[in-house]
Amino acid sequence: MKKKTNLRWWGLWLAISFVVAGAVYAGLDSLGNPRPGKADLVLRSWLLPGQTSHGHYQIELACTACHAGAFPSRDDVQAKCESCHAKDLKAVDDSHPRAKFTDPRNADRAALLDATYCVTCHVEHKPGITRGAGVTLPQDYCVICHKDVAKERPSHQGMAFTSCTDAGCHNYHDNTALYEDFLVRHAGVGRMQDEPKVLARNLREVIEELGDYPSETYPPVELARADADAGTALPAADTVHEDWAASAHARSGVNCSACHVPAAQHGSDVATATWVEKPTEKACVQCHGPEVEGFLAGLHGMRLKAGLPAMTPAEARRPMKAERQHEALSCTSCHAGHRFDTRRAAVEACASCHDDTHTRAYFASPHARTVEAAAPETAVTCATCHLPRVAHDTPDFVRRTLVDHAQGKSLNPPVKMARQVCLACHGLGYAIDALADPVLRADNFPHAPTRHVKSIDMAVAREGEARAAKATQAESADKDGRS
Amino acid sequence: MKTHFKLPLGAAAIAVGLGCATPAMAAGWSYQQIADALHAVMESDRTVYTRLIVNRLQNQEKVIKASEHWKDEKALVLPAQMFRFGAEMVAEKNAGFSYALLSEWPVNKQNAPKTEVEKEGLKAIAATGKPFYKEETLGGKTYFTAVYPDKAVAKACISCHNDHKDSPRTDFKMGDVMGGVVLRLPM
Repeated sequence: MKKKTNLRWWGLWLAISFVVAGAVYAGLDSLGNPRPGKADLVLRSWLLPGQTSHGHYQIELACTACHAGAFPSRDDVQAKCESCHAKDLKAVDDSHPRAKFTDPRNADRAALLDATYCVTCHVEHKPGITRGAGVTLPQDYCVICHKDVAKERPSHQGMAFTSCTDAGCHNYHDNTALYEDFLVRHAGVGRMQDEPKVLARNLREVIEELGDYPSETYPPVELARADADAGTALPAADTVHEDWAASAHARSGVNCSACHVPAAQHGSDVATATWVEKPTEKACVQCHGPEVEGFLAGLHGMRLKAGLPAMTPAEARRPMKAERQHEALSCTSCHAGHRFDTRRAAVEACASCHDDTHTRAYFASPHARTVEAAAPETAVTCATCHLPRVAHDTPDFVRRTLVDHAQGKSLNPPVKMARQVCLACHGLGYAIDALADPVLRADNFPHAPTRHVKSIDMAVAREGEARAAKATQAESADKDGRS
Repeated sequence: MKTHFKLPLGAAAIAVGLGCATPAMAAGWSYQQIADALHAVMESDRTVYTRLIVNRLQNQEKVIKASEHWKDEKALVLPAQMFRFGAEMVAEKNAGFSYALLSEWPVNKQNAPKTEVEKEGLKAIAATGKPFYKEETLGGKTYFTAVYPDKAVAKACISCHNDHKDSPRTDFKMGDVMGGVVLRLPM
C-alpha cells in the first residue's frame, strides 16, 4: 500500500523555512539600516565578532560604516577607511602612501607587507593583538623594509626594533614633527618658546569674507537684549535672554531665529516660521562648519555621523562620572545654550564627565595655573591640547583660526601632539621628551620630563658631520685649484 | 619591439600625449611608442616647471626659494617632488601604468635602483645618454620597462643635489645624467 504524504509536516516545514528565511533577510536588512532602532542595535551587538579598537568602538554597531555591506570586498572596506581617514593622511603628508606599495618596483615588499590596504596593519575585532593606534601587526613591521637602516644611518646600529616608534622618533604615517630638518631647526629651544601663545580666535573678524556665512540675514552687528527676535515667547525675567545677550552670538548679530528657525525659512516672519525647540548640530553647522565637521569626526560626535544614537559617557571606555552617564553628547553638552561660554567648554565641561587620573590631576598641574594668569592666548586648558586651535584655510581662501574638535586626531601616537599643540609654547625637544613618558602623561605633566629622547641630538650631530665633510671637501678642492 | 598594446593604455597615452581623447586612434601603438609618448609629456612638464618657475624665481629673480620642506618653509615644491607627486596622483587614479625618478646617486636612498632592470637601465643611460627598454617580471606580472636619462636642465638641479647633505655625489654639472625616469607598462 502506497504511503500517504502527510501534508501537515510539509506545511510545518514550509512555515519554518519561511520564518528562517525571513529572519535572515530581516537580519541582513537590519545590518544595513542607516537609522537603526533598538532592535537593530541589539541584533548587531549579538553579531559583533570581538571587541573593536579604542578608535572605532563608538561606531561598532554601525556595521556598514566599515563593512560597506553584508559581503564587502577588500576594496569596499578600503574605500570606507579612506572616506574617514584619507583627508587627514593627506594633510600630514603620509610617509607611507598607498602609491608607494602599488608601485611594481616594491612588489617584493608589498608581498611581505601589503600596505595598500589599511586592514593589513589595522585589523578590527582583535582585542588580543591590538596595540596603540589600533595596530595589530607584530612590532617588528618596520624591519620588513628598513632592516638595512644602519648602513645609511650608522647611529642606528644595534637599536631595538621596538624603539622605532615607541621611543618617539618615528611614526608610520605622520612625521611632520619628526623629520630630520624639522628637528634641526627646532634644536636649541629649551623648556619654553620665547613667546608662548596659541592662535587667537578670529571668526568674528573674517565673517564678511566667508562665502557660506549667512551674513545677509544676520550681519555681524552687536544686538541688545531687546533685539531678540523671539522675545515675546519667553517671560521677561527668563535667563535665556540674559544668557544670549551676554554671548558672542549677540555680539556678532546671531539672533534667536538663526538657530531656532530652519535655514530655509531664515528672513521670514519669525512668528509664523517653524520653531525648532532644541536645535542640533545642523543649526551650528551654518556658521561653524569646520568645527562641526571636527566634532562629527571626533570621539564625541562620530556616532551621530554614523547614524547611531548620540554617544553617552555610559558607553565610554574611559572612566566617567556617574551623574553624567546618560548625557547624550551634542554641541550643547559642552557649549551650553544660550550662553555658549567657551571658557566653561574648555575645562569645566570636560571635567563634568571625564573622571580619569589625567583629568583629575589637571587642576593641580602647572598647566592649570596658567589659566589664573587669564590671558586667553597663554592659558592652557583641556581644550588647548585636546581641541587645539589651528590655522584653517576655507574654500574661499580665507585663513582663520579653527578649534579642531576632532580630538582623536592627535591623541595616538602621543608624539603627534608635539607639533600641533606643544610647540606653540614649548621647545620641540622638551615636548618630545614629555610625550614619550607615559607616567608623565597620565599624571598631567606635573614636572619636567626626566627621560630624554635623543632624536634631536642625533639629527644635529649628523648635520654637523655633513657640514664638516663639506668644508674639508671645499678645502681640498681649493688646494687642488691652487696647486 | 613587435608586441602591440592597444586599449586602454594607448588611448591614455594619446589623450595625454596629444591633449585630445580619440581612443579610436590608439590602435597599433607599440609599448615603446606609448612609453615614449608618456615620457615626452612628463619630461616637458617638469622642464617647464624647473626652468620657468624654479630656476627663474629662485635662481634668477631670487624672489622665492624651492625647498624639500615647501609647506613648512612656504616655498616652491622641488622639481623632483613635483614629479613624484604627479606619479603618486597617477597611482591613486589606477591609471594602469607607473613611473618613478630613480638615481644611482639618490638623495633619498629608497630611490636607488632596486630591480635588476633598474640597475642595468640606469648604468646604460648614464653611459649612452639614450633610453633603455626591457621586459621584466615583478610580483608575478610582466612589465615593459623603459628607462629615460634625466639630465640636469637648470642650475637649480645641480645646486640642490651638490649641496644636499644626503647626496652621495656632489660634482654634477649642467647636462649630466643625474638619474633616470623608470616607466612601467603592464604587458
